[in-house]
Amino acid sequence: MSDIKKFMYVNRKPPYGTIYAWESLEVVLIGAAFEQDVTLAFVDDGVYQLAKGQDTSELGIKNFSPTYSALGDYDVNKIYVEKESLEARGLTIDDLMDLKYEDEDDDWAEKDSIHVVPAAELAEILENQDVVFSF
Amino acid sequence: MKFAIQVNEGPYNHEASVSALNFVRAAVEAGHEIFRVFFYHDGVNNGTRYTTPPQDDINLVNAWSELAEKHSMDLVVCVAAAQRRGIVDEGEQERNGKDGNNIAAGFRISGLGQLIEAGIQSDRLVVFGD
Amino acid sequence: MSTLHTVNKSPFDRNSLETCLRLAGKGHSVLLLEDGVYGAMKSSTASGMVEKAMSDVTVYVLGPDMKARGVDESKIIDGIKVVDYKGFVDLTVNNDKVNAWL
Repeated sequence: MSDIKKFMYVNRKPPYGTIYAWESLEVVLIGAAFEQDVTLAFVDDGVYQLAKGQDTSELGIKNFSPTYSALGDYDVNKIYVEKESLEARGLTIDDLMDLKYEDEDDDWAEKDSIHVVPAAELAEILENQDVVFSF
Repeated sequence: MKFAIQVNEGPYNHEASVSALNFVRAAVEAGHEIFRVFFYHDGVNNGTRYTTPPQDDINLVNAWSELAEKHSMDLVVCVAAAQRRGIVDEGEQERNGKDGNNIAAGFRISGLGQLIEAGIQSDRLVVFGD
Repeated sequence: MSTLHTVNKSPFDRNSLETCLRLAGKGHSVLLLEDGVYGAMKSSTASGMVEKAMSDVTVYVLGPDMKARGVDESKIIDGIKVVDYKGFVDLTVNNDKVNAWL
């Protein structure tokens, strides 16, 4: 019996000011072993989690941003960033990390994991999920 | 229906734990099954037996422990989040060389896989947080 | 598929209500609980946003949280339905999934 559900992880908080960004990523990584159909959404301040150039050396805390680059290896490659959230913050996709995955159904071609989508499209994506995790 | 409940915040600081408790009670009264209550982030702090709230206020930890006992409810505290915040059972005490443990009755410490499994096995996941 | 969205913060504190209403689908339900009940009040600068959304979604508010905060039913936007915890449970059962906007 196939138990595959569509799992959605919604991220709306920025990194470091609170632990939610990091601890939600930990759920995604552990969850990857359960082979569900995983999608990540970054909305509002959550888009800051994907900002490139994070350097925590002067704070003395862990920089966990490299972990996002590993998502592709865990078969987590459906990452949606809300366009309105990016624009409201004066950001473009060029400000975000370049996350990639290798598509095994396309001769292991390297593809982008991040898709910037307008709210209406993200709303549809959310509608089609089975389970939503919030942090 | 089978419910999975996720509690992201600790007792008293946020209303999340109270909301979750009241939801769970109502769900049980309506005849539904609580598959698991998973405590994550500061939610792990609901699992310490060392709280001494004022007598005229709700004893949240005890309320959860009583619920667990009365309905054989599975209350799981995330091990990674618990380690960060100092919620310890006997196993963790021994494994990590601590001089004591503080887990409350009815709670058990386990991995994030328990949350994922709850999401898979349950009909509904309801999250309470900040 | 219909979703039950929950919002637990005041629209004057967080943007969770605003974002929820932007991303909720037509025919969905929105439950205001905890500090989110303030989003149900009329004559506030947030009321317009909620009233507008009500042409697409059904809005509910958790009675016990309203009562705790001294928010009387007469002060909430017309058309918002007050539910108790039993009603909250029913909403989760009668929708396909829950999306908590934290």
